[in-house]
Amino acid sequence: MKKSLVLALAMLMVLSIALSACAPKAPAETPGGAATPAGEPKILRSNNSSEPGSLDPALAQGTHDSWVLDHTFEGLYKRLADGTFAPGMAKDYKLADDNVTYTFTLRDDIKWSNGDPVTAYDFEFAWKRVLDPELASDYAFQLYYLKGGEAYNTGTGKVEDIGVRAIDDKTLEVVLASPTAYFIELTGFYTYYPINKKVVESNPDWAKNAATHVSNGPFKLAEWEHDVRILMVKNDTYYDSNLVKLDGIELAMLTDENTAWQKYEGGEFDFLIPLPQAVVAQLKATGNPELVIGGELATYYYNLNTKLKPFDNVKIRKGLALTIDRQTIVDKIAQGGQLPCEGVVPFGMLDENNKEYRNGVGKLVEYNVEEGKRLFAEGLKETGFKASDFSKFSILYNTLEAHRIIAQAIQEMWRTNLGIELPLENVDFQVKLDREKAGDYSVSRAGWIGDYIDPMTFIDLWVTDGAFNDADYSNPEYDKLVIESKNTADQTIRMNNMRKAEKMLMNDMPVIPIYFYTNPYAQKPYVTGVFKPLNRYPYLIYADMNK
Amino acid sequence: MRKYLLKRFLLSLLTIWIIITTTFILMHSVPGNPFRTESKMPKVVYQNLLRKYGLDKPLGEQYIIYLGKIVRGDFGDSMKSRVETVNDMIKRGFPVSAFIGLQALIIAITFGPALGAIAALNQNKWPDYFSMVIAILGISVPSFIMGTAFIQFLAKNISWLPIGGWGTYSHSILPSVALAFMPLAQLARFMRSSMLEVLGQDYIKTATSKGITRAAVVLKHAVRNAILPVVSMLGTIATNLLVGSFVIEKIFGIPGLGMFFILSIGNRDYPLIMGTTIFYSIVLISMLLFVDIAYMLIDPRIKLVKEGR
Repeated sequence: MKKSLVLALAMLMVLSIALSACAPKAPAETPGGAATPAGEPKILRSNNSSEPGSLDPALAQGTHDSWVLDHTFEGLYKRLADGTFAPGMAKDYKLADDNVTYTFTLRDDIKWSNGDPVTAYDFEFAWKRVLDPELASDYAFQLYYLKGGEAYNTGTGKVEDIGVRAIDDKTLEVVLASPTAYFIELTGFYTYYPINKKVVESNPDWAKNAATHVSNGPFKLAEWEHDVRILMVKNDTYYDSNLVKLDGIELAMLTDENTAWQKYEGGEFDFLIPLPQAVVAQLKATGNPELVIGGELATYYYNLNTKLKPFDNVKIRKGLALTIDRQTIVDKIAQGGQLPCEGVVPFGMLDENNKEYRNGVGKLVEYNVEEGKRLFAEGLKETGFKASDFSKFSILYNTLEAHRIIAQAIQEMWRTNLGIELPLENVDFQVKLDREKAGDYSVSRAGWIGDYIDPMTFIDLWVTDGAFNDADYSNPEYDKLVIESKNTADQTIRMNNMRKAEKMLMNDMPVIPIYFYTNPYAQKPYVTGVFKPLNRYPYLIYADMNK
Repeated sequence: MRKYLLKRFLLSLLTIWIIITTTFILMHSVPGNPFRTESKMPKVVYQNLLRKYGLDKPLGEQYIIYLGKIVRGDFGDSMKSRVETVNDMIKRGFPVSAFIGLQALIIAITFGPALGAIAALNQNKWPDYFSMVIAILGISVPSFIMGTAFIQFLAKNISWLPIGGWGTYSHSILPSVALAFMPLAQLARFMRSSMLEVLGQDYIKTATSKGITRAAVVLKHAVRNAILPVVSMLGTIATNLLVGSFVIEKIFGIPGLGMFFILSIGNRDYPLIMGTTIFYSIVLISMLLFVDIAYMLIDPRIKLVKEGR
């Protein structure tokens, strides 16, 4: 008995020590210490959905990294609320007659958050570092536009041959591999952000915690508690800091969309993106003014395996595409204000006359049951397949409720319109990617988010052997149009070629476009000044809160 | 005793080696890999990544390299995070999960067996029904529903506690309670049946007939014997609680180890899968050893080593 008493006491002691040792820390009293005598600091609170994989612009991969980077760094050019681009770190640029040599002049008053001046050498260093095969940056290919960039990253070229060179502190010369109409926009993309050469060379781990993180944007990193929160505070060394009204932005890292929404509703967040699908539908139905349907540059589509019988038959593919009622899917199932696809290129991009590109191509996919049935019947005859044979194929999608309900709707539409029964097959995301790459599927769900605001980011997906051309579409005519567009600076030729290419693609229908994404978010009535660039997360840079 | 511990230790090493090998083989036989995404990533970039993380080498070589690292206590770099190593992640996540887990364990151990004992002593009366309703709820209501309900009613509607996240002590209360429910229910049910069995034994009748008070009979004879099988469950329960629950941590936004288990598999983050699995095995094996020792202390009839021979 005595022995167990001692044991019990000992265990209690261990427990209490353990408990006190790992009790959660109290949060810092005033975040960032930005309190002013005028009152409470204005800290906008939101959710980043997950821990960033890296806050080094060269290594960033997705929204969970780039939302923070877009607020803490700035490239040569920056994005404005109306979708146009304005000089950022650069004052202006000159494009030589060869259409590939750019000479950027940097602003005079640009500083890093540690006080160092931002120089052209920082840009040269940053871009060459991204292309270093040893660094193995996921997004290195975003800099393949530079002359010699791909060769160096592939290990066949030399670093000196890359087309970026600082002539002096304020002058950066860039040579591209071929004319690129959207290069100025690319300089605002996070892989092109500069990094402080001195800091990075002296401390390779600089981006791993807030204390050593140095940036050049409107905000700087103040605190980073892994998997818990990131606090960015206003960067006083930023040249336009008088336009920044917030004292800081605090991002939590809740992965659960519903908990995040509860926090927004409970007043613990001022701003929230993304929203649970059911919440969007509900807010939309009640006309809640806190809901904003943000635009997005993305297309939700189905791949058809063009190497597999009978999907190698164009009439079969078109029959499948024509019998999907996209309006119903958008209104009744996706319910997030999405738009039914009219082709593969979404709305929001301008053509050579500064008019909506989409309107210039017209509606290339539609809902036409009669025509669909006719083509499908002909396709069956040509291939010798029967409607009942389709039950051995499947609609492949990665396990997610939102994909499941859309797949069910399409399954039902094909059943009623074409009399075929395609089973649904859901697999883990990685398994889906593997099977698509291996061509081991018949119909599969996919989505593409544009990297830059030019139809080319969608059009070049389907060149022969394209890295994301899982439909395995191959058309030499199409390839020619793409290559020609990529090598000319003439906007009219480019746009005409892309329009032709998109029509060609939709005539062959290797992929069935379903809807153009939206990105709904919620903001409290007292939040102002937020804007959402088409293919980025909302910019909170000029936001204000008037509680 | 020392000899016994040494033997257990060596056996544990063997077990862990088997676990490492099996996990390594299973992990690499699942389709997919950490660097494939929906993107236009060219082959070259993809190969640069494979080379950087040593995935271009033959599997056998990767295995040997990995074993070498493990011996030095190095779980390697996460393939999804360029910020932390797997060691960092475990070091950071485990204390958080363990804190919630310990609180949950204390709640479960305090109320579970007590509830079971009360139910057994009042068999087929209202305290019995009441306890068993709680136990059935605990076992059958999934933790994501329990957690969501807690957030809705206790945090949002009456704002007693924060809705989710991590930072102050009050953030840890709801997840601990939600996490405790299931083991509490298991312990209660187990204790009830064990207690009922003991109460029917002859020695209880003997003790009662000798005129010992009811309280003494229950506490000294019944509970002490009935708790033995319950203690044997504790090793697994404690391990599961300490290393964190994916569901609870996701719903409440807790930066713990439980998230890594599931996310690492979805991401095919090989070093993190290995790291968390090995870590889990070490915790489980140590807990089971603790339980065996505790067993011996509670029940003098049990000998771990054959003494004097």
